[in-house]
Amino acid sequence: MKGELKKNKVRRIIVNLDKCNGCRACELVCSAVHAKPKYSSINPARSRIQVVMDPLNDEYVPIRACDYSKAGCDGRRVYMINEKKYSECSFCGTVCPTRDLFKEPDSGLPLKCDMCEDEKEPLCVQACPDGVLTYEEEEEVEEEVKPGEMEIGLKSLVDKYGLQKVADTFARMSQKG
Amino acid sequence: MRYAETGYNLEIDLSRGNIERVETDPRLTELHLGGQGTNAKILWDRVPPEVEPFSPDNLLIFSTGLLHGTPIVGANRTSVNSFSPQTNLFAHSLMGGYFGPELKHAGYDKIVIRGKAPDLVYLWIKNDKVEIRDATHLRGKGATETAVLIKEGLNEPKAQVAAIGLAGENRVYTASIEHGHSSAARGVGVIMGDKRLKAIAVRGTKDINIARPAELFETCLDLRKKIYKSPYVGDWMAVDEDDGFHHDNFAWGNARVRRRGYWSKELEDRWRNLKYDNMDRQIGCYNCPKKCINVISYSGRKRFGYKCYGKDTYHMAAFKELDFSYEILGVAQEYGLDSYSTPQIIAFAIELYEAGILTDKDLPGFPSDSGERSFYLLEKIVRREGIGDVLANGVYWAARQIGRGAEAYDHNTTKKFEQLPIKLGRLNPPYFLMIATGEKMAITQIEGSFPQDPLPTIEEREEFVRKWDAVPDEKFKKWFLEWEKREQISNEASCAITDWNEAMHYIDDSIGLCGFLSSFRGQFGGGAAYHINNIPHLISLATGMELDKDGLWEIFQRNRNLIRALNVRRGLRRKDEKPPEDHWAVRDHEFEQKLLDEYYKFKGWTNDGIPTQETLDKLGLDYVSEDFIKRGILTGSEGTSSQEQKDEELKSRGC
Repeated sequence: MKGELKKNKVRRIIVNLDKCNGCRACELVCSAVHAKPKYSSINPARSRIQVVMDPLNDEYVPIRACDYSKAGCDGRRVYMINEKKYSECSFCGTVCPTRDLFKEPDSGLPLKCDMCEDEKEPLCVQACPDGVLTYEEEEEVEEEVKPGEMEIGLKSLVDKYGLQKVADTFARMSQKG
Repeated sequence: MRYAETGYNLEIDLSRGNIERVETDPRLTELHLGGQGTNAKILWDRVPPEVEPFSPDNLLIFSTGLLHGTPIVGANRTSVNSFSPQTNLFAHSLMGGYFGPELKHAGYDKIVIRGKAPDLVYLWIKNDKVEIRDATHLRGKGATETAVLIKEGLNEPKAQVAAIGLAGENRVYTASIEHGHSSAARGVGVIMGDKRLKAIAVRGTKDINIARPAELFETCLDLRKKIYKSPYVGDWMAVDEDDGFHHDNFAWGNARVRRRGYWSKELEDRWRNLKYDNMDRQIGCYNCPKKCINVISYSGRKRFGYKCYGKDTYHMAAFKELDFSYEILGVAQEYGLDSYSTPQIIAFAIELYEAGILTDKDLPGFPSDSGERSFYLLEKIVRREGIGDVLANGVYWAARQIGRGAEAYDHNTTKKFEQLPIKLGRLNPPYFLMIATGEKMAITQIEGSFPQDPLPTIEEREEFVRKWDAVPDEKFKKWFLEWEKREQISNEASCAITDWNEAMHYIDDSIGLCGFLSSFRGQFGGGAAYHINNIPHLISLATGMELDKDGLWEIFQRNRNLIRALNVRRGLRRKDEKPPEDHWAVRDHEFEQKLLDEYYKFKGWTNDGIPTQETLDKLGLDYVSEDFIKRGILTGSEGTSSQEQKDEELKSRGC
């Protein structure tokens, strides 16, 4: 299948871990700006950015919520930093069933960082005067392959039943063929 | 709906294991704001003066400030109040960090603790779920170690923990409550230990509502940037390594020796290297862009944090250098000890040994090096072992228990509490009043809005007052312009300056604002971010309460007089209101007493320092004056002569 060239605006927040002072203003403003109506409540637990923090181990890592994943991943690698063990999970932004991070405290629904689309800059960046968080925009050209009708249909089956089950069924059907 | 506050307190009875969630009266917020203000009201209502600090009926209150959890930058200091066994008076204590905001998100404005647990317990609060849990496995554990163990045990990495170490468990009077790299001192750690409460862990995920959110939010976004940039807020000593101010001017050892000219460029460079070689980073507290706390990992020690003068106290007490403080601070943090008063107890004991009052019998195997001696005494004190059992009661009580002339070595306490080791030449009249009459016990908790010293030239003074937005009244500018010599200032000005300095602390401590952005910081540079002229509007935006400058000032007076009343009811009188005799070399007893007379009159207090019925009633504290008359503390006919004049003064807010 041949793809088309497409321009994409890539938006990034660069995180400078060494500068973070642990004030968590990013969490506070994120929860306020995403409240409905805007600013009507404050609750860092609803924030789409969370500072993973352990002051006694000098650990200050702001992470942002990415996509929702239905399943846990195989990220079982373990790292030692300052004599403390971390897993890949520790600083992962994916919202997944294995932990509570980035879920609405009341409903458990996943939260996702939208880069504050309506603002000139994401609010967390605006609230971080020391430049732990800096915002970057870049144009990127990439080849976009538009999926065909059948692919879309199959994708939804994969989403629902998992790739293995679809593949098994397909194989079974082919044999019966 | 209640704005900025939750409207609920948590009532914990450790004796019975009872837990209640109690709705609070919104009228009390209008009268006292919150934090220490409403704490004082609870203590007045529920802890009569007959209750000894170690009685199960004494309360220990952890309180959020009214503005915690709002976007207002730097509103994060938790007030912890009780009655202190060291002073038998109101224990004023605050800690920075994250505890108050987290508690508010859990749905509570305060935790009010009464009774005593049969054995060591900790409290676990997660929103509506509140449990008193066994903590016997944490016995003897360090304060920060305890926090780590609790969070791991609960699998709650985002929980905020306040804990005591061995010092609190053993009821050392100078025990602190540690929370991350912040701590609450001055008489509350000992009560937490007495109640057998090892720690409180809290996690909150509820919303906090703001009355006028959009306006407040925009204001604070701008304010955060200004505060970040401003050199007039935060701890400038976090970046300025020239600490000649403390080392040349404060007294070393048992508050005895001033070493003028001690500071040098060579020392500054060496200490700077020591700091930056061992510092991980500088951190702030919840929702504050400043970096006041230096976090140090020093070989073999638990990582610790310090700010401002906190790095000097141990090495100045022991005539050592900064590396000695680095040696001991990590240990003291784990034990949970106040780094202001504890070093003074140590230096006091060393002096008694050198004077032959304490002997090898009291201090078996006492080393010869002052640093090793400090560690030796620290261990004795936190364990209440041998002489440590006496020293753990603070300098005042230890001196009297030791006797044999030790009383003369207790020369730096006021109201039985260790004061900062400052020994100066000439009297500074507002400082006389602040140290004598202050009830927050440490001068850092009382001074702060009016500069400590005059500026040398009229041009500098003019420049200073030009941008001085913080003044409650233009007359402060006039006084500052005319002020040339420290000791030469009118009594009228001294009274009003003391009042203003106190006002800002009483306001901060009820709304939870940090003094480094507000009450403490204006004295150095005049550019505090928060002051009497902008705080009322911020409170209005957050809470919806209509409040102006006069209204806020009246609340300060109410809270000030209520805390005064708490102490008066426990016996505080004029006789207790004196700075250490050697605080200044040159004293003028007659002048000082006249100044004190005038200040009492200015405050609407009797000549014995008791708020008069008129003063109390006007502030809506009728229940206090009734109690005073019933107890015979007031007769009801005091202080009427100056009252009309006083009314006028209250209106114009000044002397």
